[in-house]
Amino acid sequence: MKKEEIPQDESALKNFTKEVTYVVNDDGTYTTGKSTGWRVKAEALDIAWDDVNKKIQLAKEKIEKGEASPILYFMESKIMDIGILAAYTGFWKWTVKRHLNPKVFKNLSEKKLQKYADLFEISLQELKHPSL
Amino acid sequence: MNQKFEHLQAAHCENGVTTALLNHYGISKLTEPLVFGMGSGLFYIQLPFLKVNGGPAISFRTMPGMIFKRTCVSLGIPVTRKKFSSPQKAMQALDERLLQGKPTACQVGVFYLSYFPKEYRFHFNAHNLIVIDKKEDDYYISDPIMEDIVTLSSYEMQRVRFAKGVYAPRGQMYFPGDQLTNPTDEQMARAIIKGIKLNCRDMLHIPGSFAGCKGIAYTGRNIKKWKSKLGDEKARSYLAQLVRMQEEIGTGGGGFRFIYGAFLQQAHQYVPIDELLALSKEFTNAGDQWRNAAIQASGIYKGRLNSQADYNDMGDRLIEISAMEKESFTKLKAAVKKYKPI
Repeated sequence: MKKEEIPQDESALKNFTKEVTYVVNDDGTYTTGKSTGWRVKAEALDIAWDDVNKKIQLAKEKIEKGEASPILYFMESKIMDIGILAAYTGFWKWTVKRHLNPKVFKNLSEKKLQKYADLFEISLQELKHPSL
Repeated sequence: MNQKFEHLQAAHCENGVTTALLNHYGISKLTEPLVFGMGSGLFYIQLPFLKVNGGPAISFRTMPGMIFKRTCVSLGIPVTRKKFSSPQKAMQALDERLLQGKPTACQVGVFYLSYFPKEYRFHFNAHNLIVIDKKEDDYYISDPIMEDIVTLSSYEMQRVRFAKGVYAPRGQMYFPGDQLTNPTDEQMARAIIKGIKLNCRDMLHIPGSFAGCKGIAYTGRNIKKWKSKLGDEKARSYLAQLVRMQEEIGTGGGGFRFIYGAFLQQAHQYVPIDELLALSKEFTNAGDQWRNAAIQASGIYKGRLNSQADYNDMGDRLIEISAMEKESFTKLKAAVKKYKPI
């Protein structure tokens, strides 16, 4: 890539930073330049967020149908998975899986719920009754 | 704030941290490309069976921490790396270093990294930064991705150091010895050769079909099956993930070829074999091909292209890149092999 070919597209990096890119001068020697972003990359990132949003939507539907506990919604909103949730809360993975069951969730102690609420940065009230 | 520390913005975080930290402690001969080359940073692997964020698990880099370690070891620089189980002790250990005026590198997770754009904050735990000072509750940070010094509160600092998930940093901090002297040109040459040889080994001779140059073709063959196997929507997400890994924040795999090209040029000053200059061009070319492949992929995930032929085209591009890089690394290996340092 040559210096004048460095993409200067709008991206999520705007107002945060620019990327250092290694490019070739006319005489063939390497130098660096900065890029505000690249369309191709920004679009790939958009797809990843579309996927996240789809998962959040699916979680909402499952909760409304009584197929999952609100933990699923907050888990997807924080782009976490069961493994990450287990690592942060200190519960076993299979315990977290159980907590995703609305029947089990209903009977969870405040102490256990508080762990999730802290991780999701919400109140107990919001955890129990999320505004979906 | 520690006024003596010189912030360095780099294309890749671990390169940047290694270069800036070693510069600070007295080694001025290193640049980002030299560190990348000595640390044998170029790699490729697609782990079969494993999924990341529900997509293919692809990495364009060596294991986190290896670039710093290899560079230091090759130059005979002492290295200290500490992991902690107690966050309090981890923060205390960092504070003690800062009180002595000693900038220190940390491995962190980006999800809670407040100065990053939100769109980039996934649970990625192999980011590197240098903490240069602490004033009251604020840590001053030289992050190679950022243009200037940034800050984190002690709460935030602890949180990113103890991020959880894959590659959980567990409070890791690392630093070289204090008063370092510049390596001789001879030492530089030896470290360069060592880095090249290891990188050739990793890309050419790693066992299995899914890593090194072979791994690129493996992904290429996989891609051709994605449309029929996964359906349009998932296949698009997979391709987007490939490009995200290739071109993540800072430089991903495509850009790594350009850094490697720059490395070979700079290496030539210490190891005067002319093949290095010719091979530098080949790596530049490979980097351009990676970028072209990303454009093809974007055509698919944006829905402009959607036939099996488009997927085949994408797969073939990677298979071609695989062959190109295999040839370049084979030539590189032969070139360094016959070189006898004076």
